[in-house]
Amino acid sequence: MDPVNHVEGKAYPFGRKNVDTDVIIPAHWLKTISRIGLGRGAFEALRAEPGNLFDDPAYAGSPILIAGDNFGCGSSREHAAWALGDMGIKAVIAPSFSDIFSGNAFKNGILTVVLPQEAIDRLMEVAKTDEIHVDLENQTVTTPFQDRFSFEIDPFRKQCLMGGLDEIGMTMAMDAQISNYEQRAAAAWPWQAGGANA
Amino acid sequence: MLKALGMASRPRTLYEKIWDAHVVDQRADGTCLVFIDRHLVHEVTSPQAFEGLRVAGRKVRRPDLTLAVPDHNLPTTPRKDAAGNRLPIADPESAQQLAALEQNAPAFGIRYIGATDREQGIVHVVGPEQGFSLPGTTIVCGDSHTACHGGLGALAFGIGTSEVEHVLATQTLLLTPSKTMEVRVEGALGPGVTAKDLALEIIRRIGAAGGTGHVIEYTGSTIRALSVEGRLTVSNMSIEGGARAGLIAPDDVTFAYLKGRPMAPKGADWDAAVSYWRTLVTDPGATYDRTVLIDAAEIAPNVTWGTSPEDVVPITGVVPDPMDFADPSKQEAARKSLAYMGLEPGMRMQDVAVENIFIGSCTNSRIEDLRAAAAVLKGRKKAPGVKWAIVVPGSGLVKEQAEAEGLDRVFKDAGLEWREPGCSACLGMNPDKVPPGERSASTSNRNFVGRQGPGARTHLVSPAMAAAAAVTGRLSDVREMGGDA
Ligand code: SF4
Repeated sequence: MDPVNHVEGKAYPFGRKNVDTDVIIPAHWLKTISRIGLGRGAFEALRAEPGNLFDDPAYAGSPILIAGDNFGCGSSREHAAWALGDMGIKAVIAPSFSDIFSGNAFKNGILTVVLPQEAIDRLMEVAKTDEIHVDLENQTVTTPFQDRFSFEIDPFRKQCLMGGLDEIGMTMAMDAQISNYEQRAAAAWPWQAGGANA
Repeated sequence: MLKALGMASRPRTLYEKIWDAHVVDQRADGTCLVFIDRHLVHEVTSPQAFEGLRVAGRKVRRPDLTLAVPDHNLPTTPRKDAAGNRLPIADPESAQQLAALEQNAPAFGIRYIGATDREQGIVHVVGPEQGFSLPGTTIVCGDSHTACHGGLGALAFGIGTSEVEHVLATQTLLLTPSKTMEVRVEGALGPGVTAKDLALEIIRRIGAAGGTGHVIEYTGSTIRALSVEGRLTVSNMSIEGGARAGLIAPDDVTFAYLKGRPMAPKGADWDAAVSYWRTLVTDPGATYDRTVLIDAAEIAPNVTWGTSPEDVVPITGVVPDPMDFADPSKQEAARKSLAYMGLEPGMRMQDVAVENIFIGSCTNSRIEDLRAAAAVLKGRKKAPGVKWAIVVPGSGLVKEQAEAEGLDRVFKDAGLEWREPGCSACLGMNPDKVPPGERSASTSNRNFVGRQGPGARTHLVSPAMAAAAAVTGRLSDVREMGGDA
């Protein structure tokens, strides 16, 4: 997983409240065998509307999404995070997120930034014309107009994101302990070793 | 050495012994990194996990502890033509998932039992049958009925796709310990009463959420008297009672079942294994968080009437009145269930006509299940009102055994179809579905809305009871069928 520290660039001024995971990625995309390419299905229903935000060339490839309260509610599908990641989103800024969605986003290296509604309103304005800068290390969101908003983040998540460590990466960093366990287990229960190759 | 692997001196439950023996590391907040001894992989919950590995440039840490078998999507119609050529799979999405597993397994060095191999079957039938699943091991699979393997005394539970990827890459999982519940069943089961009836009874008593946060250990003379097949059936449905896993302490019955299985230990390893497995019992003085006592003599052949596996009545009973339930939310749920099921309060269960019969699934597709169904069907015909009746063996080896015993003839003579192994009508994912608005007597494990196909109305029963329903065309008491049953 790529380390996340600074996310800088254009932001989609989306702002909608209670966006559920069905809106982020409709159910018919769940039969896929890949998490790559799901960006094509992201916000599919909204994108069917002419002149929609996500197909506006002014915002093409924006790494930041600004949303309203309770972003990512509804079904627990991890596909929602996969779809956003696949469309190039590296940070979502909203007043609140569903727990499951923010967990899934984190697992996939997407930063979720919680800011009060006033800050969101201001960022929505700025995003129409200018770039936004999310600085994970200093836990701030800034604009070229001297705006500076601080946000909170769980220190463990911050460390994982900055180190580019997903959960699997974190566990892989414990390789020595796992190898040590494997050796002890092989000595205590040698009959289990063969597994599927026995 | 044993101390280092978690042998403590205080009395412990079977669950605690297996848990302690698998802790690689414990975090300050109590979360543990737990080693996984056996990982079963099927085609539905694995493609994105393999892709995740590929994208991150990761390998499977222990391909030797991983076994891949397709089952959920696979049609149960013949897989080869007369010339022995593989037949294509009609549904493009199923074909794509199956092809992905077939490519991923060898690419990551994983043993793959393919659609046309004689050992192929439902993962939870194949694991025990091959001796891949062993007492005292931790077993996971991206399927909630992994609880099944607990019947051998393994700590086995279902996981999601992200966790599948985590296990593939690290052979571990981050887990918090569960609470323990003992379900103690004493006495002899009556004639015509099977492990499935016992499983349904347990869920009726504890409720579909009764085991939430717990691992259930099944104890008592009734459990000890069950065959391994019966124990797998009981443990399989632990998840339907809300528990993540079920456990039955291994004993001589278990050892006799496992001995000589292809992947089971051999020679001196076998002897060492058995002496270790004999220590896998709950110590005297160890305590469970909760204990439920059941008298086996009180259990009748059971059927479900609603859309939750806790909606169980004896076959001699009637459809309940929603107002009979004290809890208003249960009243509401019962009303919805009855509307979906097309049933009226007070109807006798034995008057409910069924058009479809499904004998199969990881709950009831082992040889003993097929023998029980065949005993009822022998020399009989399915009722004219039964439109679709299929028998789906749990694996190719079960199929061979059944054919060697002539069971396939009994089924075919009775007018039932004899299929290739797979999950089949347990879930509406492959072509085997119950049509909308129609009713089935099914030996599977879930009677959820739409589980056997959109609008399908499922009554969960034992294999003998499904066979009885096939003969009469309605839900029937197998004890009144006479004959071998
Ligand atoms: S038979 Fe049913 S419950 Fe068992 S593994 Fe297949 S789909 Fe899951």
